[in-house]
Amino acid sequence: MGAVVGTLTMQTRQRPSRARDKVDDELEMTMVSHRPEGLEQLEAQTNFTKQELQVLYRGFKNECPSGVVNEETFKHIYAQFFPHGDASTYAHYLFNAFDTRNNGSIKFEDFVMGLSTLLRGTVRDKLEWTFHLYDINRDGFINREEMTEIVRAIYDMMGKYTYPALKGDVPKQHVDTFFEKMDKNKDGVVTLEEFVIACQEDENMMRSMQLFENVM
Amino acid sequence: MAAGVAAWLPFARAAAIGWMPVANLPMPVAPTNKNKRQDELIILNVSGRRFQTWRNTLDRYPDTLLGSSEKEFFFNEETREYFFDRDPDSFRSILNFYRTGKLHYPRYECISAYDEELAFFGIIPEIISDCCYEEYKDRKRENTERLMDDLEDNKDNKPPNMTFRETMWRAFENPHTSTMALVFYYVTGFFIAISVITNVVETVPCGTTPNQRDIPCGERYTEAFFCMDTACVMIFTVEYLMRLFAAPSRYRFMRSVMSIIDVVAILPYYIGLVMTNNEDVSGAFVTLRVFRVFRIFKFSRHSQGLRILGYTLKSCASELGFLLFSLTMAIIIFATVMFYAEKGSSSSKFTSIPASFWYTIVTMTTLGYGDMVPKTIAGKIFGSICSLSGVLVIALPVPVIVSNFSRIYHQNQRADKRRAQKVQKARLARMRISKAGSSTAFLHSKRNGLNQSLELTQLPYYKMKLSPQGSLEEDQQLKKTTSLLESQHHHLLHCLEKTTNHEFVDERLYEQGYLQTALQNFPSQSPSLSSEEGVTGTCCSRRTKKNIQALNATHTHSHTHNLQELSALHIHCGEQQPLNTSRSSLNLMSDESGSLNCKSSGLVTTAIISIPTPPSNNSRANPDAPPPPNPDAPPRPNPGSDVVKISAL
Repeated sequence: MGAVVGTLTMQTRQRPSRARDKVDDELEMTMVSHRPEGLEQLEAQTNFTKQELQVLYRGFKNECPSGVVNEETFKHIYAQFFPHGDASTYAHYLFNAFDTRNNGSIKFEDFVMGLSTLLRGTVRDKLEWTFHLYDINRDGFINREEMTEIVRAIYDMMGKYTYPALKGDVPKQHVDTFFEKMDKNKDGVVTLEEFVIACQEDENMMRSMQLFENVM
Repeated sequence: MAAGVAAWLPFARAAAIGWMPVANLPMPVAPTNKNKRQDELIILNVSGRRFQTWRNTLDRYPDTLLGSSEKEFFFNEETREYFFDRDPDSFRSILNFYRTGKLHYPRYECISAYDEELAFFGIIPEIISDCCYEEYKDRKRENTERLMDDLEDNKDNKPPNMTFRETMWRAFENPHTSTMALVFYYVTGFFIAISVITNVVETVPCGTTPNQRDIPCGERYTEAFFCMDTACVMIFTVEYLMRLFAAPSRYRFMRSVMSIIDVVAILPYYIGLVMTNNEDVSGAFVTLRVFRVFRIFKFSRHSQGLRILGYTLKSCASELGFLLFSLTMAIIIFATVMFYAEKGSSSSKFTSIPASFWYTIVTMTTLGYGDMVPKTIAGKIFGSICSLSGVLVIALPVPVIVSNFSRIYHQNQRADKRRAQKVQKARLARMRISKAGSSTAFLHSKRNGLNQSLELTQLPYYKMKLSPQGSLEEDQQLKKTTSLLESQHHHLLHCLEKTTNHEFVDERLYEQGYLQTALQNFPSQSPSLSSEEGVTGTCCSRRTKKNIQALNATHTHSHTHNLQELSALHIHCGEQQPLNTSRSSLNLMSDESGSLNCKSSGLVTTAIISIPTPPSNNSRANPDAPPPPNPDAPPRPNPGSDVVKISAL
């Protein structure tokens, strides 16, 4: 009986040490915080002024003290703006669009570069950025499935209580309209050039894009 | 919107560019930053200690003192700073709330002082973050209880207007309220004691009579004891009747344990009075006297401890039951074994299994009277196993009962925790409401026409939303200045609506849309118009939103037609509006479907009055006016009338 008790206690003694290793690992990870490059460098690389960069960084650091945003935090932040529906799918695509280095986290530089393109870039830059957002698998083409995914994600953000009530195939109709407009040679995929040309022809869209110039 | 992420709003708005190619409709105009100034530091001077922060930090929570224009009242022109004559130590946590979005409650702080500071700065205590919320609530509860105790001690005088009956009941329940009650209390206690002692002494042998036989005192001094008994029973009967008279709920009183004890205590006497002559049932009569001992339980009214003990036993019923059950199992097993073991031996006392029960019980409880002992070797072996296991079996459930007792002792603290759980639920509900508030805020501002003049293109459908004249003034009154942050957030949501060509509505409208699509089967007045709009569903609430100027002319006269004649949904509302301003403002918008008036949708009855001929010819002729005369709810649904009609066209 004593032997039994002895072996049982030995078992339990091993477990805490293993747990402790894991905790140490996690501690290490959280303590590594990232510091961005200097202000002047960022100012040179982006189209923002120093003051704007300061404001941006303060907001960024406030929400993510460790200096990097991972996908969870990003989804959480984005969901705060859309309380009606579920913004996580769209946030996922946005995250991938911002995470240009594909390492699962957004540093301040990535964040600022993305914003610089969106807010201060040329029309072509913006359209390219949008194209990359839609092109989920980064193969240079937007096919129907990718577009349906994106449109569905956008509709998810609306939530359940909409007027008129969302029926099942509304995203599909939307995708069909989109492809009719964009896919010039009707080959079922939209390339970057087709996209850019089609968008530049659409006056409404051009006007809408200019709306967000003075967001900062 | 959680203001903590306010800094990310520019990002969210920039990311909205991703919706543009997908959208079929033009986007609304963005709200501009009218006084666009650089983010500046502001100085908050709180009783001499200067705090500095960015203006944007404070703007995150526009419904507090520091976030709104209320702080301008405290602006000191000479020193160019905001001066508050408040406690600087408490201000630290308040300012941290703006910085981090979390409100903490410092432990050293007095709870009422903290509450006052929060109230002054316009922050509701429910948003205290989870790490400090327990502590805050506990302290608050202690404080209120202490204040209430103080209050109760002070009110010694009885409340006025108590009837005689109520006074009596109060005297019975709480003997300390008046001297009469105290006297009554002690007198009854004394008589209970006398009665119990009498019963005991009755049976004591009281000296010998000449015929050499010890007789108990009761038979020697029969009259004396009878008089004592009568006196006690008189007192108890009077007391019982008085309590019965004074009880607020006689039925409930009669069912209570104490009254049953009272009845059982006095009944034997009366039954005895009735039955004295009949010798046959004297045996039963003797048994009845046993019940007189129940009078001792009347003491439990006088002793709090007895009541707690009784309550403990009642609540430990399951553990006691378990104890009994396990004991019974063991007894049966050992009794059987002992019986068969001792069967062989001669002159064995173990004549049957039930006879062995007695041996088993006495052995297991380690009493060991010795009136039955095993003689065979097998019997002795099993007997010793029996006594050893007895110790274990009895020792096991006892700690359970003991722990139950301590559990009951702490039960009042658990009752407090239960109250705290309710509070926690209330708090979560409030937080949910505030979260929902951000979504309803958008719907509210939409309906209030704050999105006017934000349309990018001038399509006829999207002209200025003018509410019907009656409620224009109210609308203007209701438009409070939304902060820039909020208007930008609403603009973002508006863009999403335009992208998907669907609108955000609240739950009620959504369900109503369901109801009305169900009513599509009625001959619709203008099926062509619905296809004209390209809007799915023929819900007229949709059309009511597009209030066109042209409609106002036809509004009044078509009004009377349609209201009475068209098939309508009568929605009987419950009581009036809650304090939520967004809902109360909806009351005044006549072009809203009236069901929004209802806080809780009461009765929804479809009342089909008649299907009229279309009175809508005049407006159909109007090319750019879309839909037909909309029978909306009357311009001002008077708060009194709770029946609001929504017509389904």
